[in-house]
Amino acid sequence: MCAVYILGPERVGTVAKNSDPGYTTEAPEHTYLEDPAALPEEDRRRMLAVGVDAGDTRRSGTFLQMDHSVVHCGVRQEGLEVMGIDEALAGYPWVQDYVWRALDAAQDEFTAYAQDRSRSGYFIRALPGVKAVYPVQACLYLARERLAQCVHNIVIVEEGAELHIITGCASGQRVMSGLHLGVSEFYVKKNAHLTFTMIHNWAEEMEVRPRTAVIVEEGGVFLSNYICLSPVRLLQTNPVAYLRGEGAVARFNTVLVAPPGSFMDVGSQVFLAAERTRAELIARTVTTGGGIINRGLLVGEKAGVKAHLECRGLLLTSDGYIRAIPELEARVAGAELSHEAAVGKIAPEEIEYLMARGLDEDEATATIVRGFLNVRIEGLPEELERQIDRALEVSKVSAM
Amino acid sequence: MLQVSDLSVAIGDKTILHDINLAIEPGEVHVLFGPNGSGKSTLLGALMGFARYRVLKGSIRLKGEEIVGLPVHERARRGIGLAFQRPPTIRGLTMRQMLAICAGDGVNAEELAACLRFERFLDREVNAGFSGGELKRSELMQLMAQSPDLVLLDEPESGVDLENIALIGRAINYLLGRRVGAPAGKSPRQVRQECVKAGLIITHTGYILDYVNADVGHVLYEGRISCSGNPRELLRCIHELGYGACVRCTF
Repeated sequence: MCAVYILGPERVGTVAKNSDPGYTTEAPEHTYLEDPAALPEEDRRRMLAVGVDAGDTRRSGTFLQMDHSVVHCGVRQEGLEVMGIDEALAGYPWVQDYVWRALDAAQDEFTAYAQDRSRSGYFIRALPGVKAVYPVQACLYLARERLAQCVHNIVIVEEGAELHIITGCASGQRVMSGLHLGVSEFYVKKNAHLTFTMIHNWAEEMEVRPRTAVIVEEGGVFLSNYICLSPVRLLQTNPVAYLRGEGAVARFNTVLVAPPGSFMDVGSQVFLAAERTRAELIARTVTTGGGIINRGLLVGEKAGVKAHLECRGLLLTSDGYIRAIPELEARVAGAELSHEAAVGKIAPEEIEYLMARGLDEDEATATIVRGFLNVRIEGLPEELERQIDRALEVSKVSAM
Repeated sequence: MLQVSDLSVAIGDKTILHDINLAIEPGEVHVLFGPNGSGKSTLLGALMGFARYRVLKGSIRLKGEEIVGLPVHERARRGIGLAFQRPPTIRGLTMRQMLAICAGDGVNAEELAACLRFERFLDREVNAGFSGGELKRSELMQLMAQSPDLVLLDEPESGVDLENIALIGRAINYLLGRRVGAPAGKSPRQVRQECVKAGLIITHTGYILDYVNADVGHVLYEGRISCSGNPRELLRCIHELGYGACVRCTF
């Protein structure tokens, strides 16, 4: 057993107070599978719940990691590369230049911890000009109880390439608790396009701390969709995009539902560091009894950049809380930054309006909440949309 | 269809409606006149059962059944439909989805939208950024999908431009199951007798009377129904003398 000490409660909120800092770093090796369909049914089902379909042909590539082991990786389209990070580092010495380039290992205790101890993670790359037909899917799966899973992921979308990655993080049926620490560095090159959709579905006692940084070059586009609708003891993440090239664009959509016992401190940050860069951060948060801190930071470093930040929160019960912290920082005159934040309960007039059309109070509330969370998410597989609907149904029941 | 007896309604601690009596038979359309603040919208809200309107006494019977105490959706399911004067925006829900909710089962959204020239709004969020006239068309389209037996309309013509008022009128007649002009082989009287739907329409201006044949008019003044009679005559009286003088004729 090796102890990992997490940040004190003053940094992460009240829910962390009773956390047990002890996790194990060791897990048994899992066998590599040529055919991911050979995974146990239960594991496959749980992966599907986060959008990762081990049997789906409509994927351009797949990466599956269980605990510390890469259990499957493969590609279906020429010009795409999907492999474990260790394999990539062994095969391409230059990959080392991308490790700890977007992120600084000294950023906090977790990045520092990950620097020495990360095990596996994915390397996904689209070669110049290659447009992935279907999304590439990656799943980081926690099968071992109380494991500290620490991964380092690198994504490179080369010049003019287009890639959509669906990442699902989930834990096994018998897993109650654990730590997931994912360090992710994405590089979106000139005129490249990366859509990154991440769905989290963890065990209730999990502690989750993704650390993500993205560098977007000239004319590049980065779209992030982050969705967490299920209970998690502690989720803390604040990904950052650096728009370094002229005309680069970033958009972050965040959808969170915090049930009782969950604490989510989730944000997104964009540094608009080049001419004509643009960004939009949209967050929809709902608490059914948990705590949410929703952060957003826009930093305008060049005149003429344009960015907007929108945090909206709904409280479905009088338990729980939502704190929205939108921040704007203009470092030059002529940076156009704006924000909109609203936190409150559902307006009774909206509920009565739908009731006048024949829905009962619960149905009306669920319809409003579903609409509220309905940020435009491109390219979500149908199963995932159904999953989101189901998660909303469940949260509705627990809320009433 | 609707029998309101000795109904008094309060908002908070303030009594707004006093001893309202009103009976609407199947096939009848009633209009409700009255100055601002006289309690017209309160009456419709109380019939629909909204929480802010507290029934102090009296009864509301729909098709013979007492509905005071029933929640809003139960009243809707029993056949009351209300076109809101100022409906809220529902984010993330499209008009198309809303029509499906109203209909309860399958609905031909395109066909309904075509009736109200509302096709290009079908995939927009419910009431988001709609103009006054667009809100009215949105409300009527929803009611057409809902197909209520008792249609409550709160100022259906306000904010509607001249071009669209005839359209609104046609939609209301459709809602009330009335056709403009008697179909072949039937006298207007026969057509009227076959109508089972009933309506209660709040109107400020009375313009809607040019398009919808109303049977009975009521004047609501300071929370009381002060006068009932032929809607056109009432309207003329109000136009000529104003509400203050018009209601005095009953004293």
